[in-house]
Amino acid sequence: MKVLVPVKSVLDYAAKIKVKPDGSGIEKDGIKQIVNPFDEIAVEEALRLKTAGKISEITVVGIGPEEVTTQLRYAMAMGADQAILIKSLNAVDSDLAARAITEVFKKGSYQLILMGKQAIDSDSGQTPQLLAGYLEIPHASFASKVELSADKVKVTREVDGGFEVVESSLPAIVSTDLRLNEPRYAPLPGIMKAKTKPLEIIELHSLVNDLTEKVKVIKYHSPEARKAGRLVSSVDELISALKNEAKVI
Amino acid sequence: MSKILLFIQQDQGKLNQASLAALTAAQEISFKHESAEILGICLGAGAKNVVSEIATYGLANIYYSENSIFDKYIASNYAKACVQIMQKNDCKYLIASATTTGKDFLPLVAVKLSAGQASDITGVNPDKSFRRPVYAGNALADVQITTDKKIITVRGSSFDLAKSVGGSSQLEDFSPDFQPSTSVTVLEYQIPENSRPELTEAKIIVSGGRGVGTSANFEKLIFPLADKLNAAVGASRAVVDAGEVPNDWQVGQTGKIVAPNLYIAIGLSGAIQHLAGMKDSKVIVAINKDAEAPIFEVADYGIVGDLFQIVPELTQKINLL
Ligand SMILES: Cc1cc2nc3c(=O)[nH]c(=O)nc-3n(C[C@H](O)[C@H](O)[C@H](O)COP(=O)(O)OP(=O)(O)OC[C@H]3O[C@@H](n4cnc5c(N)ncnc54)[C@H](O)[C@@H]3O)c2cc1C
Ligand SMILES: Nc1ncnc2c1ncn2[C@@H]1O[C@H](COP(=O)(O)O)[C@@H](O)[C@H]1O
Repeated sequence: MKVLVPVKSVLDYAAKIKVKPDGSGIEKDGIKQIVNPFDEIAVEEALRLKTAGKISEITVVGIGPEEVTTQLRYAMAMGADQAILIKSLNAVDSDLAARAITEVFKKGSYQLILMGKQAIDSDSGQTPQLLAGYLEIPHASFASKVELSADKVKVTREVDGGFEVVESSLPAIVSTDLRLNEPRYAPLPGIMKAKTKPLEIIELHSLVNDLTEKVKVIKYHSPEARKAGRLVSSVDELISALKNEAKVI
Repeated sequence: MSKILLFIQQDQGKLNQASLAALTAAQEISFKHESAEILGICLGAGAKNVVSEIATYGLANIYYSENSIFDKYIASNYAKACVQIMQKNDCKYLIASATTTGKDFLPLVAVKLSAGQASDITGVNPDKSFRRPVYAGNALADVQITTDKKIITVRGSSFDLAKSVGGSSQLEDFSPDFQPSTSVTVLEYQIPENSRPELTEAKIIVSGGRGVGTSANFEKLIFPLADKLNAAVGASRAVVDAGEVPNDWQVGQTGKIVAPNLYIAIGLSGAIQHLAGMKDSKVIVAINKDAEAPIFEVADYGIVGDLFQIVPELTQKINLL
């Protein structure tokens, strides 16, 4: 069984994010790009399924400028077999990403797509379900456990209030939540090996005709900072402040 | 006049309150973007009860179905039902709260209707754009949906709950006109009993992090304080990942987004991803032994010290009030 894992390159989650003064974007200079943490979890899950003999081949796919190759190589250093870069200099919204991945999926004979539930930059959380819509195949989102067999996949989903277990026919899309696994670090030999693994480059416009984004960002703003609070020195002072000043208890 | 379809979420006859925040967002769109009539759709066992409860909230028609195909939540069935009602009424918008249900199925509707979707909006701007947080709330983006039809999920904590205005909506029992999905089966649905208020609805939240550490400590320290204050209990990812508390308690970028009147953060450092879920709380209290912890940067009141001493004292003294 072949599995496809979309991988988005995002700004390091630990970095301090600043909006450009003119609101046209985010300051990216000097900040490291990383594999979207949820996609890293998806790659890890694919690797474990491969070790368990459930799948045979892992292809990672990324959309963006040439630099995204670094994150694709990282996924291959973790153990993915091959990569596809869909090259685009312009921004792609979740919808355009989904339409591009749709075309990649149709070209291969994949039985499963494993991917992050959300990209930590756009925080939009749509692409897996949009893909399900375009491909007309089932999806199970927010997975904290994945059990794959030859013709179906059982997924434990994290939902409001608790969890839900669903079973889906294949091919299917599974989006990952944080508790699914703890991704390994790419081992040194893996990093060497990744340099020689196949990486195919496809131009986005050769894959999809309509490159318009359905959702456009027109301006970024910085959130308002909270006004400074104060330290209190005792529990009594805290209770009195909450009662008399803030009036919340 | 354009039409907006509001997805009214319910579980076994109980209205999900976040739908009322989504209704407020719908009203704002009607007020600021284009005057619109608001319709509703409500699905599953218990829907009938819920629609009669929400019939006085100023919606025109409310469609509901207790057909057994909606008893268990299956994304494609919910999506198809919304598409059916939207097409029948030529609705321009679909709006739902950004619950795990809303997040999960709205994009399927977007594909069916070739619509763009704005996720998790926190504001309706006067210039026909929407405001939404990105980068864990470290930036806010004004986004425009360029398609004619528009799909929107709403961050519940950013809009007031709509209020009853009297009158009565026209309630319509509809039959699904599609074949239900056979590719997905729900095997199990586990929602543990929770006697405390819902995180997203609570006025007060007591939240614990790695400093609290274990489920035993939650029981010993956090629960008694929460119960005194009739508060919900939250947690950081660190304790959820460690399996000490249910994952449904996680507050943050990738967990619940909350904005209670009072958020008491105990033994959690205040990582960006955690702050993303609670920094819009009205009043924040931090209890942490590390004076440098970033949680103090957003706290209105902070106490530097050992939570194992401070929390029991707080619980005890609040008791005396
Ligand atoms: C993609 C991604 C998504 C994430 N999403 C979320 C999310 O949604 N929510 C979330 O919470 N995190 C999230 N995280 C994790 C986040 O980055 C932090 O790792 C996490 O929030 C840390 O939890 P913590 O504050 O409990 O632990 P720590 O950072 O270890 O903090 C523990 C704190 O307890 C204090 N302490 C210890 N003992 C005591 C004591 N006796 N008395 C008083 N204070 C004490 C310490 O001083 C310290 O400040 C995410 C991370 C990533 C990469
Ligand atoms: N530009 C992209 N390249 C590769 N994968 C993407 C891209 N955009 C979104 N995805 C995938 O879709 C998931 C959810 O993204 P989003 O819907 O944008 O929050 C991510 O975790 C990725 O797996």
